[in-house]
Amino acid sequence: MNRRSDFPLLAMNPGLHYLDSAATSQKPRAVLDAIVNFYETSNANPHRGAYDLSVKATDAYHGARDRIARFFGVSDPATLIFTRGTTEAINLVASSWGGANVAEGDEIVVTGMEHHANFVPWQQLAIAKRARLRICELEPDGTVKVARLAELVTKRTRIIAFSHVSNALGTINPVREIAAIARGAGAISVCDGAQSAPHLAVDFHDLGVDFYAFSGHKMLGPMGIGGLIGRRALLEGMPPYQTGGDMIEFVKDADTTWNVLPHKFEAGTPNAANAVGLAAAVDYLAAIGMDEVRRHELALIESAMTRLSAIDDLHIYGPGPAQRSGVVSFTLGDVHPHDLATILDGAGVCIRAGHHCAQPLMRRLNVPATARASFYVYNDESDIDALVAGIMTAKALFGPAHV
Amino acid sequence: MSENAANIQAMYQELILDHYRRPRNKGELEGEHTTVAMKNPLCGDEVYLHLSLEGDRVNGISFTGRGCSISQAAASMITQAVKGKTSDEAEALGARYREMIMGDKEAATDKSLGQLRALSGVSKFPARVKCALLAWNALEEGLR
Ligand SMILES: Cc1ncc(COP(=O)(O)O)c(C=O)c1O
Repeated sequence: MNRRSDFPLLAMNPGLHYLDSAATSQKPRAVLDAIVNFYETSNANPHRGAYDLSVKATDAYHGARDRIARFFGVSDPATLIFTRGTTEAINLVASSWGGANVAEGDEIVVTGMEHHANFVPWQQLAIAKRARLRICELEPDGTVKVARLAELVTKRTRIIAFSHVSNALGTINPVREIAAIARGAGAISVCDGAQSAPHLAVDFHDLGVDFYAFSGHKMLGPMGIGGLIGRRALLEGMPPYQTGGDMIEFVKDADTTWNVLPHKFEAGTPNAANAVGLAAAVDYLAAIGMDEVRRHELALIESAMTRLSAIDDLHIYGPGPAQRSGVVSFTLGDVHPHDLATILDGAGVCIRAGHHCAQPLMRRLNVPATARASFYVYNDESDIDALVAGIMTAKALFGPAHV
Repeated sequence: MSENAANIQAMYQELILDHYRRPRNKGELEGEHTTVAMKNPLCGDEVYLHLSLEGDRVNGISFTGRGCSISQAAASMITQAVKGKTSDEAEALGARYREMIMGDKEAATDKSLGQLRALSGVSKFPARVKCALLAWNALEEGLR
């Protein structure tokens, strides 16, 4: 089914082959309309005014939270905290839970494939607390072996932080098993869902993790909105992340008491319009069905991997299609990924070239950069045709590799 | 051929690919010298420029590092172009080079730029301008 026509930017640019959805997705008309509609019909500061319009804005904001919570199988919407995205959600946990619960000599486990957003906050927490950051090395096919990770877990382990899906390799990690290891060790599990929320059916309780972070802009929603889903008992025990308006109960001269969830973690005027936009995005995805989204992407990634691996000098990183989402990272002989991206851009093909905000992973792969193509609901085989044709152009321009 | 495709062919000339694959002046510099590191954190390109002056003159110059064809070819060609020049001459050349990369048509035909004119096609690709300027930025700092 061709969904391109639902996406104004793609509909207006018929020659454009957008293969960078792992960075950010395009937005369907329904999302753009929902945002405009909020500003045209419901704009006021939520939670503030006694007048009807403010009530309308408040209802729109909380209605959005309810719909997004349902999309993730969360029955208690107050345990979904809106944030700017995954980065802020992870920083919230590192700063609030980590600040209160990690002590000198404790350990934090991450994997070698993490995005900087799920690496640097833990590294910095470890430095600040004199705790130890332990990195689970990857298997040669770019996967995490649960047994290897389990070996790193000790009675000092407080946090296991890992991505559900790698943005650089596409690897789908065994979330439930890793969550179980954390539970068994008395550690919390923090799952970076930036690349799973858009592409896989996610039921928070079924995953079994303590925290799950996601970004709206990667799942057809607007930039600047995302969320943290957490277990209620943990969230209630945590100190605030930021302080200010909305998140307080009583402010006395000498101290302050905190508002209830989710407000305790949402200081200041909320991003209501974009929350409404994100709710429209999850409605759009739910209408397709996340199983269908996965089926569509699996077909594309199978085709892309077959066709790319037939090209001389092209090397693909990461596991086979069954263990990978719609992401393919590769290098082409001695053609630098940057040059490849420029040449592909000339053919209207947008791919990412670089370290994909995963420098620790690039060191482990022993490459400075890779080229990455990523797929979503609006892509089809013609995008792969254009990708392959562009790669052949690059090969022709650069001639045979001299490596 | 589309304008895009023509621009791409113009940027990836033989000469540039040749400097990318057979870089001149690549390697460490013997003797006393200064080294300036320039990195583009966005794409991971790195150029380390090694420089020794004799009086006011660029006596020894080389580079190490890694990156895309544009950043590496530019480093190779720039080191060739300034070897033996006084720092004033090198600065003047660099200023002209920068103008060319930023899209100045006149600079692109300036004979004083010599081989470096092969890089003028980069100006059509704003995302790549940084690559072409990396080595020059390092040299400029080294001369200061
Ligand atoms: C795996 C992963 N984690 C975290 C992030 C950070 O997301 P954001 O920039 O939306 O906060 C990204 C996106 O770049 C990602 O792919």
